[in-house]
Amino acid sequence: MTVAPRATPPPAGLTGLQLLDLYYWMRLTRSLEERLVGLHRQGKVVGGLFRSLGQEADAVGSAYALEPGDILSPLIRNLGSMLVKGATPLEVFRQYMAKAESPTAGRELNIHFNDLARGFLGQVSPLGAMVPVMAGIALSFRMTGQRRVGLVYVGDGAMSTGAFHEGINFAAVQRLPLVVVCENNGYAYSTPARLQTAAARLVDKAPGYGIAAERADGNDVVATWEATKAAVDRARAGDGVTLVELVTYRRKGHAEHDDQRYVPAGEIEAWERNDPIDRHLARLRAEGWATEPELAATDARVARELDEALARCLEEPFPDPGTALTGVYADPAAAPLEWYRRIAEPPRG
Amino acid sequence: MAETTYLEAIRQGLWEELERDERVFLLGEDIGALGGPFRVTEGMLERFGAGRVIDTPISEQAIIGAAAGAAHMGLRPVCEMQFIDFIACGYDMLTNYVATARYRAGLPTPMVVRGPSGGYVRGGPFHSQNPEAAFLHTPGLKIVCPATVRDAKGLIKAAIRDEDPVLFFEHKYLYRRIKEDLPAGEEILTPIGRARVARAGADLTIVTWSAMVWKALEAAERLAAVDGLSVEVLDLRTLLPLDDEAIVASVRKTSRVLVAHEDTRTGGVAGEIIARINELAFEWLDAPVRRVAAHDVPLPYAPTLEDTVLPQTEDLITASRWLASY
Repeated sequence: MTVAPRATPPPAGLTGLQLLDLYYWMRLTRSLEERLVGLHRQGKVVGGLFRSLGQEADAVGSAYALEPGDILSPLIRNLGSMLVKGATPLEVFRQYMAKAESPTAGRELNIHFNDLARGFLGQVSPLGAMVPVMAGIALSFRMTGQRRVGLVYVGDGAMSTGAFHEGINFAAVQRLPLVVVCENNGYAYSTPARLQTAAARLVDKAPGYGIAAERADGNDVVATWEATKAAVDRARAGDGVTLVELVTYRRKGHAEHDDQRYVPAGEIEAWERNDPIDRHLARLRAEGWATEPELAATDARVARELDEALARCLEEPFPDPGTALTGVYADPAAAPLEWYRRIAEPPRG
Repeated sequence: MAETTYLEAIRQGLWEELERDERVFLLGEDIGALGGPFRVTEGMLERFGAGRVIDTPISEQAIIGAAAGAAHMGLRPVCEMQFIDFIACGYDMLTNYVATARYRAGLPTPMVVRGPSGGYVRGGPFHSQNPEAAFLHTPGLKIVCPATVRDAKGLIKAAIRDEDPVLFFEHKYLYRRIKEDLPAGEEILTPIGRARVARAGADLTIVTWSAMVWKALEAAERLAAVDGLSVEVLDLRTLLPLDDEAIVASVRKTSRVLVAHEDTRTGGVAGEIIARINELAFEWLDAPVRRVAAHDVPLPYAPTLEDTVLPQTEDLITASRWLASY
């Protein structure tokens, strides 16, 4: 199989409305994270905060290539993918703030949540683990005769794991309808990609698995859409797995607490000049796909939606402590309360 | 009525569930054309096809992970570990992913991971292990360890029908060594979480499971004949969740307890059982609860070495006499 970089295309068959839609999703992603930064500083985000600044295009463009019924599994920097697949800002705020009404009822963090009906399966933290799991989802599509596609995100770090290898190899052997999107953002925490692999390009691993490959500029939302769309079409046609490498850059640290001391001087600034939203805006303006009033209306819509979501959940409570022990199994319904908690109750009889 | 082996009972259970429920499917290494190295899945590829009897690469993480994904979507996968020792290769997938899925994400994951466990077969360090203690500590999993032909069939069927992930540790020493009449046409389902009194007694209880049940029964027979001791043998059948009620009932009956297992001593399941007896039935005890377990070494190959490391019937007899005379 050839592994050829795709030239950045013209709008690639996307309509003007879709191009504006892509802008909306990227803007929503970035603005939502900016709100979360404020909430984090106020101590309202009770755990860590993970940014996808500068990676909105690869997340949004790749997810945009899926159809209703398809299922994706994100990584920590795929907030945009989740939103495209129907996750709401309200859900994301609630997750980060550990609210009772959050999709996981306060059990899981950030964007670790799922709704298979809408088409997203939340990740777990051991990297690469979702590749075998999504292979199983794709297997279920085939076993039940459904022409649906699975898409799983990995990073330059996750591709070093055994789970990645086992999952993509199994999916390749079975020719499952699975797309594996590698967001190469240069770093896994502090480790640069050159310390993850000796391969010249991550996508060079595809021929070893006997699968197709696509590679695109991850900061060009149309290019990420087009590369992923080719892979999704291939999967849906029954032609098996594709590894898609989207080349981008992680402009913030692994999480908010990471000061990025390991990043060479000037690197972040160089990528700031390659901002995916700025680039898409420039295209929309230069090629006339959106008017200034349309762009302003989109920004206003994003701000309004975030205002409404935040206002709705800011004062919501944490989960009731009584819910902590339920739902480990279907049966029994709850784990027993520890004896030292029970003797704190008034004596019986 | 035909005599059925332990191995055939597992095969029958799998077969019946594959026939009964089209959501059930198998995946594992060499389970198709070969029928598995022990032939547990013999004939299934021919009957159910490659779509439901899936030969996989040597990839335990992929087997378990893919099963989890399919289970989320409503299917009922049964994974075979070629030897249960290799379940360690899928430990992350089982403990971090599968076991937590319902709690953290509301994702039902009804799946079974089964495979041949256990020693006394000269299998050496990597074909003899008993991994139950490694998973006992993981909320979200269930663990079953059948000792009898009937329970081998009844528990594999119950495991497949369970709404949560079940680890099914079958003992390869028993595969062709024990036989039982299983009436044709009878639907055998053994409830998960319920122990079984394998032999009733009044003086002493041996709490155990899997192949060790047979050694305990042999010891009980000898102790009755030689010492006039009445030994109760409690076959736990399920280790997670443990049947506290059955354990306590037997403690209250005999007041002297030996917990016996084939796995190594330190961190073994016996420690958990004894802790529970201490918490739930301390005042009923007439003697300290003791363990008979394997010595804390990897399992060696040579017969003289393996027999030294693993508990033998004679060890159960010695320990029982010690307890009875305490």
